[in-house]
Amino acid sequence: MEEIKTNGLQEKDEISEDMQLLNDVTKNEYKWGFITDIESDTAPKGLNEEIVRFISLKKGEPEWMTEWRLKAFRHWQTMEEPKWPNVKYPKIDFQDIIYYSAPKKKPQLNSLDEVDPELLKTFEKLGIPLEEQKILSGVAVDAVFDSVSVATTFKETLKEKGIIFSSVSEALKDHPELVKKYLGSVVPYTDNYYAALNAAVFSDGSFVYIPKGVRCPMELSTYFRINNEETGQFERTLIIAEDDSYVSYLEGCTAPIRDTNQLHAAVVELVILENAEIKYSTVQNWYPGNSEGKGGIYNFVTKRAACRGNHSKVSWTQVETGSAVTWKYPSCILQGDYSVGEFYSVAVTNNFQQADTGTKMIHLGKNTSSTIISKGISAGKSNNSYRGLVKVAKKADNARNFTQCDSMLMGDKCGAHTFPYIEIENDTARVEHEATTSKVGEDQIFYLNQRGISTEDAVNMIVNGFCKEVFNELPMEFAVEAQKLLAISLESSVG
Amino acid sequence: MGNDLLNMIELRDFNLPTTKNEDWKYTNVAPIMKYNYVLGTSLGNEDHLSSVLDEYFFQDFDYYKVVFINGIFAGKLSDLTGLESGIIVDSLSNFQKNNSELLSKHLNKYSAIDNGFNELNNSLSSDGLVVYVPKGKVVDKPIQVLYFNGDKTENVLSVPKNLIIAEENSQVSIIANYHGIKGKEYLTNVVTEVYAGKNSIVDLYKIQLEEENSFHIEKVQAYQESNSLFNHYNFTFGGSITRNDINTCLNDENIESHFYGLYLAHKNQHVDNHTFVDHAMPNCMSNELYKGILDGESRGVFNGKILVRRDAQKTNAYQSNKAVLLSKSAVIDTKPQLEIFADDVKCSHGAAVGQLDEDSEFYIKSRGIPQDIAKSMLIRAFAADVIEKIKIDELREQINHLVFEHLNRVEVKNN
Repeated sequence: MEEIKTNGLQEKDEISEDMQLLNDVTKNEYKWGFITDIESDTAPKGLNEEIVRFISLKKGEPEWMTEWRLKAFRHWQTMEEPKWPNVKYPKIDFQDIIYYSAPKKKPQLNSLDEVDPELLKTFEKLGIPLEEQKILSGVAVDAVFDSVSVATTFKETLKEKGIIFSSVSEALKDHPELVKKYLGSVVPYTDNYYAALNAAVFSDGSFVYIPKGVRCPMELSTYFRINNEETGQFERTLIIAEDDSYVSYLEGCTAPIRDTNQLHAAVVELVILENAEIKYSTVQNWYPGNSEGKGGIYNFVTKRAACRGNHSKVSWTQVETGSAVTWKYPSCILQGDYSVGEFYSVAVTNNFQQADTGTKMIHLGKNTSSTIISKGISAGKSNNSYRGLVKVAKKADNARNFTQCDSMLMGDKCGAHTFPYIEIENDTARVEHEATTSKVGEDQIFYLNQRGISTEDAVNMIVNGFCKEVFNELPMEFAVEAQKLLAISLESSVG
Repeated sequence: MGNDLLNMIELRDFNLPTTKNEDWKYTNVAPIMKYNYVLGTSLGNEDHLSSVLDEYFFQDFDYYKVVFINGIFAGKLSDLTGLESGIIVDSLSNFQKNNSELLSKHLNKYSAIDNGFNELNNSLSSDGLVVYVPKGKVVDKPIQVLYFNGDKTENVLSVPKNLIIAEENSQVSIIANYHGIKGKEYLTNVVTEVYAGKNSIVDLYKIQLEEENSFHIEKVQAYQESNSLFNHYNFTFGGSITRNDINTCLNDENIESHFYGLYLAHKNQHVDNHTFVDHAMPNCMSNELYKGILDGESRGVFNGKILVRRDAQKTNAYQSNKAVLLSKSAVIDTKPQLEIFADDVKCSHGAAVGQLDEDSEFYIKSRGIPQDIAKSMLIRAFAADVIEKIKIDELREQINHLVFEHLNRVEVKNN
């Protein structure tokens, strides 16, 4: 680590009594000369108020934002790590994490020959164009394919419509009033342990604002915004759809992402106003660890959408194939009358992966409806859990919910679990829940084998059929890639 | 009075579960703890009760009669004449004297202490029902057991501990019938252990008709050997707070278990049913059907867990739970839960919540049938598939009658 110098950060602060107390608690650090260098690009390991201030200062954030982060941090310190999910992982040492570092440049490679051949194989199977492969693996791109210019034309079209699509830091500078109004309004920092941590130390993320009556002409994707930056460890996404607007947002990409950060704790907030609709699709393919279960990313995400207006609609679609541990529940708060929430999910676990995922549908408004389709596939020695809540509040007349969660098991060492919670306080509610667990039928495989299709392909076909209802909800290009991704994730799980 | 003080039970001494406990998330036991209870002593002279209690039995069929008053066996009121030799139906305390070896082989071997209520039962219980059916015997008539609880002047705690042992190739049918006396609030806290040996058939009916100011908590834990069949029928009508835990462990091959449940609640009643089916071995089958009818400001809770362990290949496990809300203020919380570790299984669960179908109601009304009868017909239809499972015809009709009586609705008879 770089040499650390003193600066006057401390004097600048108004030390309230609370602060004093906290300073005392964290005093040990100071004794060992723990002082943050504002010039440095990387914060030292560990987390304390200094670091939170450092991140905020680094990003040139307004005072209220710093305060908000600090409040979140103080709240986080009072919280305990939740233990209820059906996943096991070694305890995380939060003092052993670097909470801020300037975006790292990937090592530039000269040609695809230098890329890990295994990665190339995966690209090939996914059918990613050669040029795109180069970008993803960090090969210098020639002039013909200029991703920057693509992104620029893209931005102009959006600007014409009045759509804001930028990073949260940029938005904080350009549209502080919007950020101040909505940030933390759906997922407050008090929400849960990881949401508090994220609020305190989030590095950056996407900010989308769709003005009244505008239908976003293209699918917005993080891929375009980030360009050659790496995805952050503590991302924060905020999307606001004003009255009568529509946007479809894609998160992640099907290409495997080999990130060095082990813990990912992102927060996604969606605000949907009257007659507006947000479609949020995720494909997550982070490093799941090797076949012995070593390494891999912990993906602990809080995602929530608030349908605040009448007739507003939100639709979550997710394809989760990566990460060693996935723990997330994209939720819908159906506040407005006639609002609609949808959740479509495919979660695949192989080897030693663990997933505890599902959704929450909170019906508050009248005549609200929600649909949950969840498909879990477990292979190897993995564990896959669906955990969901459907709640119909007292005043939510005529609420309607349909839930279907199906699990498929491949092999006898894996597990599939469902934990659906249904809480109904209104007699006009109609709630249905169905769950099944099965395996890939031997006669189905035999039938396909008979027709000259190899067992591996047969299994892929059957699994794809099993997930079809969800894939149908994905944007076209994504859907094609997702199918192939599924095949790769389950590779060699059927012997 | 001094005697009473000695017998006073301090519930706070037992670590009773709170809503922070995931298994008790929806059931708050604080109202139970408001009272100080006296441990179930007999309600004085039993003899005069004989004629009073007769009306509480389900009638019109032959049965062996057993009475427990506040959890204590009332031998004089029971009638076991004609019981085949070898078969034992007795109180736990008598059984302990005469068959201590057999008892120690089975008692407390199946049910672990999961919470404060089990602990309460375990440490205070001195009596309960024991049914022992030796190898190859079939009990020719159902055994109807009346548990009569409560007192006019004291808050009574009854803690019967029941044990049913059905050895190889045996068969028995038991009707547990819970009633109370109009008076002070009382708590019934039961633990029932069932051992179903190889090829045995055990039918256990539970009809809970306690007073509406009473609290009723029971845990049933069954342990099944190969090729055995265990049927549990659970009807809840009474009680202000009711909690049933019905668990079975399928610990060998080719076992079948069926859980049927119907709960009706109105006013402020709270009914909580937890079931747990533990599939430990291959080629077994379990089936659950639970239905709830909730009126007034009542609250229903259903939590059904199916665990299929690694070795339990070729398991078929089904579960269905449905609830109908008849009023604006009724609440239902339901949580079906599957935990599956074996791949070659067929498991499914379904849950549905709704109200009576408007279209159906309209259809019936349009044929000149008044509203309240139309509603009753639909309730009858909703409850029918659970009630129909009762094997004893006369009992089936009487329970059907209770459904309408309890909900204060017009009775609709079959056919």
